[in-house]
Amino acid sequence: MTDALPKWADILLIPLINLILALFVSGLVVALIGKDPFEALYILVNGSVGSAYGWGYTLFYATNFIFTGLGVAVAFHARLFNIGGEGQAALGGLGAALVLLYLPLPHWTLAIVAASIGAALFGAAWAAIPAYLQAKRGSHIVITTIMFNFIASALMVYLLSRVLIVPGAGGSPETARFAESVHLPNAYDVLPWLGFSRSTPLNVSFFLAIAACVFVWALIWKSRLGYEIRSFGQSEPAALYGGISSVRIIMISMLISGGLIGLMAINSVMGEAERLVIDPVQGAGFVGIAVALMGRSHPVGVFLAALLFGALYQGGGELTFEMNGMTREIILVIQALVILFTGALDNMVRSPIERAFLSLRWRPAQPMPTSPKGGDNDPVPGAKP
Amino acid sequence: MDYAGLIQILDSALRLSTPLLFACLAGLFSERAGVFDIGLEGKILASAFLSAAMAAYTGNVWLGMFAGILAALMLAAVHGVASITFRGNQLISGVAINFLASGLTVVIGEAWFGLGGRTPQLEGPARFGELTLPFANAIRDVPVIGPIYADLLSGHSILVYVALACVPLTWWILSRTRFGLRLRAVGENPAAVDTAGVSVVGLRYAAVMICGLLTGLAGAYLATALSAGFVKEMSAGRGFIALAALIFAKWRPWHALGATFLFGLLEALGNRFQSVELLGVTVPTQFMQALPYILTVVILAGFVGRAIPPRAGGEPYVKER
Repeated sequence: MTDALPKWADILLIPLINLILALFVSGLVVALIGKDPFEALYILVNGSVGSAYGWGYTLFYATNFIFTGLGVAVAFHARLFNIGGEGQAALGGLGAALVLLYLPLPHWTLAIVAASIGAALFGAAWAAIPAYLQAKRGSHIVITTIMFNFIASALMVYLLSRVLIVPGAGGSPETARFAESVHLPNAYDVLPWLGFSRSTPLNVSFFLAIAACVFVWALIWKSRLGYEIRSFGQSEPAALYGGISSVRIIMISMLISGGLIGLMAINSVMGEAERLVIDPVQGAGFVGIAVALMGRSHPVGVFLAALLFGALYQGGGELTFEMNGMTREIILVIQALVILFTGALDNMVRSPIERAFLSLRWRPAQPMPTSPKGGDNDPVPGAKP
Repeated sequence: MDYAGLIQILDSALRLSTPLLFACLAGLFSERAGVFDIGLEGKILASAFLSAAMAAYTGNVWLGMFAGILAALMLAAVHGVASITFRGNQLISGVAINFLASGLTVVIGEAWFGLGGRTPQLEGPARFGELTLPFANAIRDVPVIGPIYADLLSGHSILVYVALACVPLTWWILSRTRFGLRLRAVGENPAAVDTAGVSVVGLRYAAVMICGLLTGLAGAYLATALSAGFVKEMSAGRGFIALAALIFAKWRPWHALGATFLFGLLEALGNRFQSVELLGVTVPTQFMQALPYILTVVILAGFVGRAIPPRAGGEPYVKER
């Protein structure tokens, strides 16, 4: 019954209903602990998009989530569930940091290119092993990518506390600060008249994220490779029959996925922290799952969902300050519910809506002919082919 | 390391492997019935929080434990509804449950106690005490066997013994009862079970709820026996280590005991030593922490003994129409 819904309902109405359900249940939680959900919502919205300060952080977080969301989305198109975003983004941070620390780069324009290559390569490399094991040995990629998150976290702690740590810099496990010459212009430098403060974290990698959206769109819908990835995701046997190599598609789509997720480091490590710290990812790899699910794995959807989650993350931070007894973890609850409703309980939301749409446009005068429920093969009068 | 030191390490390994064992057996029931569960972590966390909160509130650890089990059962029910009734993606549902737990525990904890997501420190009857096995003091001085019995096996909370008892019990249920046989069949070939007139949905719900019960025990042990109260994110990846142990154990109960003890031992060694000298090479503690995951990947890759999951795992069952 895939064509039971008009396209706009599939890409707009259902995500919207899912979001409203998630917000409603989170509102219930807030009400149950004796707080005013509407006040919380107001602080959330006002804190994220009510000021230039808020926008700076909202778009900064959104940039992270665009990269991770796109990465997860590309893997989804090949029907691969990449939960390894945390690890791939951390390794991306390592790649970017190594480039920025050890290559003499005179200007940020050169540096962003070099660091992007480093970040994408390291992120892709971290995705390559689970991809290879899935493609060649049939090891479940969900489990291996989860395991690689933990391995990456241990590796990062080891490298930062024993190898890359700056001697005599207070002993906190982080690398030296990157050179001043590779400092990325932030929103204040680029667009001073918009009212961003000098210290806003939003920087030019936002444009890189938009470019990544265009790249993914062109890759998935306008290239031969994208066609192969999608056909592999739709039906593996059909793709194999059509001469598409499963090993090649699994490897390539996971490499692209890991590379895109690794690019997140350009925003968070190069653009904001300007050094590599313990856990530069801060859960953005997981948010990418919610973003990709909500954005229906389409770059435009991912972009919008990333904006939404950026706003949630920024607004959630404000909640902690503005509302007594409230913590930013309410964002995790909203995030969890969005994942639950869009990803796991999709049928619960979708079936009634599909039924509603069907009853609106298909009312046979006589008792129904063959199958009373309307099977997949029944022609739907009036439906476009 | 002398003998007493060895006993101490093994003792600590036994304590640390207990939550892993509960969670591993929990996953075993669920996955043997064909329902993947990467939400073990979330269920442990939710149970740890509610058991500690209830124990702090009532001062009774048993009430705490039941509250913890209830929390885990509720999340298990969500997983069941999503993955069995609505035939959603089991992996995504698990991910959602993990986030739900890590969010809710802190939000509710802060609202109830205002301690930044912690619960108050548990004392006295609000914690599981240590049980001394009979004659433990009498035979402590017997060489070799004495310390093993008196220091290693004796002196744990009752949940440690419950966890150990769950291993033969799980084996017996799965391989010697009608229910267990059907449960395994539903994970391998649900259509056959359905044809035999047994409810696939019912069996899978039963498995998912048993999984909830056992993760509830894991969480309660974590917060009221191993530690004295709940702290934010206290499950610290144990649900995933248990998942790793489950694969390592190839979905078998006795192997699960071995795998979780091994991973508990690694944790104990990591806690005790900052780095370990092994054949002249210094192994950093981070490597020890990562070792369970590395071992799991190696096992999954099939280079050392292939791990074959239940055949129908992860597939929602659609009754033929």
